[in-house]
Amino acid sequence: MRTGLRKWSLLLGAAAFFALPLTSWAQLSTADIASRDNMEAHIGNLTGHVNARSTYDYKRYCVSCHGDLGDGNGEVAQWLDPPMWPKPRDFQMGVFKCRSTLTGSLPTDEDLFDTIARGLDRSAMPQWSQFTKQQRADLVAYVKHFSPRFVTEKPGTPITIPPEPEVTPERIKAGREVFARVQCWKCHGVQGMANGPSASTLTDDLGRPIAPFNFTEGSRPKCGDTDRDIYKIFMTGLDGTPMPSFADNIKPDEAWDLVFYLRTFMQGASKAKELAKTMDLKPVNPNP
Amino acid sequence: MTRRYHFGAVLSAIVLLCCGALILGQKVNAAGEGSITGTVKLDGPAPHMRGIDMSKDPYCVKQHASNPAHLETWVVGSGGGVADTVLYLDGWSGAAQTETSVPVFDQKDCMYTPHVLALDTNQEFKVVTSDQTAHNIHPLPNPMINVGWNQSQPPGAPPVTKAWKNPEVIPVQCNIHPWMHGWFVVVKGPYAVSDDSGHYTINNVPPGSYTVKAWHEPDEAQTQKVTVAAGGSATADFTLKAK
Repeated sequence: MRTGLRKWSLLLGAAAFFALPLTSWAQLSTADIASRDNMEAHIGNLTGHVNARSTYDYKRYCVSCHGDLGDGNGEVAQWLDPPMWPKPRDFQMGVFKCRSTLTGSLPTDEDLFDTIARGLDRSAMPQWSQFTKQQRADLVAYVKHFSPRFVTEKPGTPITIPPEPEVTPERIKAGREVFARVQCWKCHGVQGMANGPSASTLTDDLGRPIAPFNFTEGSRPKCGDTDRDIYKIFMTGLDGTPMPSFADNIKPDEAWDLVFYLRTFMQGASKAKELAKTMDLKPVNPNP
Repeated sequence: MTRRYHFGAVLSAIVLLCCGALILGQKVNAAGEGSITGTVKLDGPAPHMRGIDMSKDPYCVKQHASNPAHLETWVVGSGGGVADTVLYLDGWSGAAQTETSVPVFDQKDCMYTPHVLALDTNQEFKVVTSDQTAHNIHPLPNPMINVGWNQSQPPGAPPVTKAWKNPEVIPVQCNIHPWMHGWFVVVKGPYAVSDDSGHYTINNVPPGSYTVKAWHEPDEAQTQKVTVAAGGSATADFTLKAK
């Protein structure tokens, strides 16, 4: 009986030990985090601070998911089950999905500001557009102060996005070629239905299951649904997820072609979708 | 007349080059750097390495039609020599960067070649792809130690050149082909990786006493103390146990 108990507690202990690195990388102390309370955020002519207002807002609206230490282990986090409900972001790591900067670099203050206002579709993160801009700027400073990376590193340079060209059938066809060449379909499927051969085994950086974006079901992409947002998403990649950056392999002009082709999968009116109706667009052949 | 001058110029250039080479060559010898050499062996029989089901991607299946793919956790040669063990000097306090070559990490036949790439801190390396299928190269460092990234490499993609700032054992994966798994082992100072027969030689070791550390995935780390004489060679053999 006793040996059984010992065996089980050993086993459980070992399991807990190996699960540890999966749940969190960083675990900073309150004092360490407080040492960065002079953090600022600059959005246009607004300056955000860690102050009474942002502390109140964070503890009132954010803490239940993101936690006191910003590590994504708030009280509610345990009830969020990926891939349906992604776990809250661990701010201590300084790794963010929605950036205008290249993979492996910190987001700009504007990127974080926009994410707070926009929310993240298909997750528990709602829009916080009811906040004033000053409130949001302060919250950006508050989010940044959790991670030492915002002290030791500078945010990346935002990518240059050329002006959006006119949609034409030729551009949509060219976009289809890009879709085939860089093999978006490996995860997103040949019709953008998130059913590619690699879709079922995807995991995020902490080993938790994650689903690719389904272009056809009518929800918005995680990091925004304007044409420029979609351009940004595949050029910068969504750090912390399997979605890589394609900046080295898609030229800026081709990137617009790809945006137009992706629009043909998506619900909601767009000129690309109208044009596609007049074209004989077949899904790409996965095994030519 | 001019032709004779040309000849003279070429001749003096050659002489100058030879002198340069001699002086530079001597510089290397003057430092009296030695080496550490040895063999990494496995205690007991080689563990069974599971085969890999690549049916997710017909291209990968085709590449392995005549040579089935297996996990590469333990690559054990004849005589029990263990490959892919990283040998380095624990607590290195010498030059900030000793390794300047730019090693290549290739995605070939839907596997990583090499399976384990050792690197000095800040040493550049190149990620290339030989495959006609898309990969994404996704190292997973601890963001508090090194900064991770995730880049696509479709067929014909240009190389990705990167470096790591701090010592860390960094797993690397491809999300498209979840069996693809490798390691960047970032250390400070000179290092070596054992070959298929388990042999290794760490070169450019200044004379002195060192602790040689042997790392093997997933978390094996053994140490041995050695003393390297000026221009000499010390030996450190390791015996690992597969868990």
